[in-house]
Amino acid sequence: MHRLQWEEAQQKDVILYPEGMVELNQSSAEILKCCDGTRNLAQIVNDLEQKFATTGLTNDITAFLEVALKNGWIQQN
Amino acid sequence: MAGSNKTNPTTALRTGITPPRWLLAELTYACPLQCPYCSNPIDYAKYQSELDTEDWKRVLTQARKMGAVQLGFSGGEPLTRKDLPELVKHARDLGYYSNLITSGYGLTEEKIVQLKEAGLDHIQVSIQASSQELNDHIAGTASFQHKKEVAHLVKKHGYPMVLCVVIHRENIHQMPEILAMAEELGADYLELANTQYYGWAHANRDLLLPTKEQFEQAEQIAQAFKEKVAGKMKIYYVVPDFYEDRPKACMNGWGTTFLTIAPDGVALPCHSARELPGLDCPNVKDYSIEQIWNESKAFNFFRGFDWMKEPCSSCDEKEKDFGGCRCQAYLLSGDMYAADPVCSKSPNHPVIQEAIDSAKATALADNEKPLIFRNSKNSRLLS
Repeated sequence: MHRLQWEEAQQKDVILYPEGMVELNQSSAEILKCCDGTRNLAQIVNDLEQKFATTGLTNDITAFLEVALKNGWIQQN
Repeated sequence: MAGSNKTNPTTALRTGITPPRWLLAELTYACPLQCPYCSNPIDYAKYQSELDTEDWKRVLTQARKMGAVQLGFSGGEPLTRKDLPELVKHARDLGYYSNLITSGYGLTEEKIVQLKEAGLDHIQVSIQASSQELNDHIAGTASFQHKKEVAHLVKKHGYPMVLCVVIHRENIHQMPEILAMAEELGADYLELANTQYYGWAHANRDLLLPTKEQFEQAEQIAQAFKEKVAGKMKIYYVVPDFYEDRPKACMNGWGTTFLTIAPDGVALPCHSARELPGLDCPNVKDYSIEQIWNESKAFNFFRGFDWMKEPCSSCDEKEKDFGGCRCQAYLLSGDMYAADPVCSKSPNHPVIQEAIDSAKATALADNEKPLIFRNSKNSRLLS
């Protein structure tokens, strides 16, 4: 129902759904791309902390995933 | 939709012009239904020619390159176009998120599967009322049972199902039943579109405009339902602007976001703009979408704020609502530069109350005049 795609004209990732579009900033897009059904929360945090050479992302990622879940952008298994 | 002010890196845009995001492709004015509030122009019957498949593909390609991403295949009834699957496939290849806006009439399971394979993202089915009798009366065609079957098939084949019900005086009392029907059909999105009074709806306004009490009651019921189904079904509520005291931010601002292409190829900043005088709306057979969006007289006509008169030009809300709707200003005051009469600051605002009173008087009269149904015969009679 929701489609995540890169928009060349806007130079950003967007989520598309019936009659709407959400423009994503880079960190939101990075988190959503990790939600591929194969990783759990701990793995997503770990992967992103490694990718961006940082720590302490758990709270930010958890808060964003709650928003994403509430909006139906991701589904919980 | 959140607009973007970023400069488009792939296509040259004139300073201050944002690229199109939404493309409404009105493939045809042909339609088996005769809804008396149809958004097609009253004089649609005189526009007989239709763009061919290659024209539409070129339009889709050019608009996509500029940044259009949401695409509505509309009409009339878009299913009457034989090349619909081919156009859907082209749109998917280009990366559009495409929506089929249909009455459901003529939609079979085979076609639903075929369109899915072509890459259609969702289907919006319109239903005119919650009962067969009223649906078939308003639609001017026996279609209720088939529409419900179509809604089930849309769900069955994994599309998000958007149910659209246009609300007016004839069906507003059915609000509880309409909501129950949406739930029963498993709608993911429900669009409750209070009639916007242009074109056919303007001609039938005395018979369609509900009273303020009816609106408020229906809105309350819809609001309670929205809370009940939160997380399961999303409700789009198109506000009845005759009962607001500020106008809608029509089209998110003229020539900022929306691009409509009419069946004969005329490009419009909104689907009603054809009714405005002197715009010289360009045709996609003569110009590219980029030329039309950036350079045409029509698309620049009401861009920005320089065209405004008082009370809009000095209004501190002008960047919020852009002076409201140009077509409504023209229809109700005869002046397309005037403030939308819906606005309580407009000197023409009393015409709104007059319209409400006139509709109420008609409702109370013993011998109601009949609805004017949208068909070619009436189109020719009225234009």
